[in-house]
Amino acid sequence: MATTVTTESTELFDKKTWMGGVEPMNASYGKLMMWFFLISDTFTFSALLVTYGLIRFSFPAYDPAIHGAFQFSNLYWPIPEQVYNSVPFLHGVDAPLIFVGIMTFILIFSSVTMVLAVEAGHRMDRPTVEKYMLWTILGGFAFLGCQAWEWSHFIHGTEQGMSIKELVGGEWVSRTVFGANLTENQYGPPAFADLFFFITGFHGTHVFSGVLLNVLIFYRTATGLYQRRGHYEMVEKVGLYWHFVDLVWVFVFTFFYLV
Amino acid sequence: MSDHNHHADHAGTEVAPAQTKRIWQVFIILSAVTTVEFIIAFTIKSGYFKTSLFVGLTIVKAFYIVGEFMHLKHEVKGLIWAILLPTLFVCWLLLAMMLEGGSIFNLR
Repeated sequence: MATTVTTESTELFDKKTWMGGVEPMNASYGKLMMWFFLISDTFTFSALLVTYGLIRFSFPAYDPAIHGAFQFSNLYWPIPEQVYNSVPFLHGVDAPLIFVGIMTFILIFSSVTMVLAVEAGHRMDRPTVEKYMLWTILGGFAFLGCQAWEWSHFIHGTEQGMSIKELVGGEWVSRTVFGANLTENQYGPPAFADLFFFITGFHGTHVFSGVLLNVLIFYRTATGLYQRRGHYEMVEKVGLYWHFVDLVWVFVFTFFYLV
Repeated sequence: MSDHNHHADHAGTEVAPAQTKRIWQVFIILSAVTTVEFIIAFTIKSGYFKTSLFVGLTIVKAFYIVGEFMHLKHEVKGLIWAILLPTLFVCWLLLAMMLEGGSIFNLR
């Protein structure tokens, strides 16, 4: 660190030091700010997951001894395996969590291609950076497509739906609920669908903006901007964001789909 | 290309060979942990044991993503703690609010 503090003005503005002439935490300005942005984004996502934890545990869990065979009911919190059990093109086939698993692997794989692009950037290997950025963008679009299907299936619901009894004008009326919206859903308590929409929606928005950033990085790599600049640090910074999005999905996958 | 590597510094168009072994190792670890999570989801009865297994495996995955892919493991100690400490407090908040939710359930 001491070597970066120098009185020679020509040495001050090399790529590594900040304007003060030192390099705090041994990281460039942009990278450190990206880390601080990510930690603040962690708080936002945690707020959603904390809310989920609070609401989830204030509702009864499904217990076969009390409730009998599992069916959708707004008396208890649904089991994720029973809700997310559909795969595109396989109508009526019970495939619990398979589709979510595919989505998880897509995101992990696009994270790997991102880190391969960063690695190629360190070596100033422009064609390889381009190649892996394209794979990462493809993975991002594939994930978004999967999520669009998942949402549309969740909103439309199953053929059976859930029959509920409600008090209308002093009389008990039976009614069948199909699919989900923010006020009611066929899977369980209204809060279940609300949290699904908010948590996966907020994550999906992050994936979408990540894809946009990746496209921008690919464009600037392809036009040779980073090659002329002499380093590929932008790939690294956007890579940090992309890995963060993958990391959030790991937590959403565990807490929303598995537990 | 490999016999030109020592010219890489001044040739401009030549690049060093790729160092991707560790990246693929981490990919295999992440995939294996996810597969194990799937197996657990369908074989072990739900309860505290299953939940703690899931949480433990999630932390393993988070460690590899943040440590290797995001390179935090190789940063200076100050940066590691700047990221880790706030996250630990968030974990405490999550646990506290889950316990609070259980208490709301008991009072209903």
